[in-house]
Amino acid sequence: MSDKYRRVAYYPGCALEGTGHAYNRSTKEVGKSLGLDLVELRNWNCCGAMEVKNVDPKLQTYLSARNLAIAEDMGFDTVMAPCNGCYHNLKKAEYELGHDAKAREVVARISTKAGHSAYQAGHVTTIHALDWIKEAIGEEGLKARVRNSLKGLKVANYYGCMYTRPRHIFPEKDQGPGSESSSKPHFMDDLLAAAGAECVEYPLKTACCGGAHTLSDSDTSTKLVLNLLTTAEACGADVIATECPTCHSGLEMHQVRAEKVFGHATKVKILYFTQLLGMALGLSARRVGVPENLSNASDLLRARGLG
Amino acid sequence: MAAMPPALSPEQVIARFDDVIRLPADALVAAAPELGEELLLLGESVLESWLVAHNRQPTEARVEGFRLLGLHRRAAKGDPSFNACRETCRELVYYRNLVQAGPGHPDVAQRLRLEAMVARHLALFVSSKLEVAGFGEFCCSSRPLHAQDASSAESD
Repeated sequence: MSDKYRRVAYYPGCALEGTGHAYNRSTKEVGKSLGLDLVELRNWNCCGAMEVKNVDPKLQTYLSARNLAIAEDMGFDTVMAPCNGCYHNLKKAEYELGHDAKAREVVARISTKAGHSAYQAGHVTTIHALDWIKEAIGEEGLKARVRNSLKGLKVANYYGCMYTRPRHIFPEKDQGPGSESSSKPHFMDDLLAAAGAECVEYPLKTACCGGAHTLSDSDTSTKLVLNLLTTAEACGADVIATECPTCHSGLEMHQVRAEKVFGHATKVKILYFTQLLGMALGLSARRVGVPENLSNASDLLRARGLG
Repeated sequence: MAAMPPALSPEQVIARFDDVIRLPADALVAAAPELGEELLLLGESVLESWLVAHNRQPTEARVEGFRLLGLHRRAAKGDPSFNACRETCRELVYYRNLVQAGPGHPDVAQRLRLEAMVARHLALFVSSKLEVAGFGEFCCSSRPLHAQDASSAESD
């Protein structure tokens, strides 16, 4: 276990204040229950998401770098971002500032104009909520704290695309035993298994959900999500566990849309991994925001004695 | 030399995957090795469609013994590309190998269905990308990655 992750800077990002509110709530509740301290970044800004990256990648680097600079100013060397998009963008900014002189020049110029010091690569490490719990508590620590085992719950763990891609911005992954894998990620599987869940083999754990095109090409997104859902069901899953608000919203919305547009209903439920962990730690379903989900898992959770 | 157009369109390939997924278990078991190989070849045809549509020669080169991975490596270079499908291609190969290694295994029908579902995801993604080149370019950030490889796009 690592004491350095017991108190980290917290960057929720925009989605966790909107559609991903249940992820924000459950992440904070799990942290509290585990005795971990999250300190939210002061006056944080958008990481650049997908939109800014599309228009001006260097501006996106600046936006993410500003958040890293805030973490450093607050005295932190680690910032935790539960949203895959935020996590990805902060990691990407870190990489670019370490490898691209033009990126450093642009960030320095805009930072000066904005009246704050420019972030220098190597001062703050960005981690995901999965890294946070895995490193700070670990599987054994989690097992010891489980009050309401997820035993009997079959879970397909869906990591989405931005948690592992592109590989070069995640130098800590693929470092052998104990590290995360970029081709077959397993940290979420490890944590939920420690909480008693039966994690099924799910071959589409990093496959595209069409999230970025959900408005411009809804049918494509629906077809991709439907394939994710039906494959999870074919694997025997009761639940798809998510770790990204964009993926989560996409799976929930297109599950409904697949039934309406294509007449294909699926039963698998969609829950944030932090919601499942929270219930395993003895928190109520309400406390971890389950009623905020579109996917109604209450019958399943009640039947399993959860929530 | 212009490449021959693939025999089936991505839509026809998707329909074939749907057919395989719907087959009863005994039919899957009876044709296990052949179906496993057919699904892999159909996956290759999806990538061939992408390369042909972009006036690029589908490679015969193999990566780790598989043409599918060789085709993906070629298709992931240049702009646009679909670097995002790397793991999907590897999962397709993995399930094909499971089926070939154990055609009499009690889980072979399930493995074939999963192979078809993985292949269907590849086909859905690529057929979407054939219509909208930007599909997936910025969410998993494949564009900056393959932009660095653009100069060696046809080198393999």
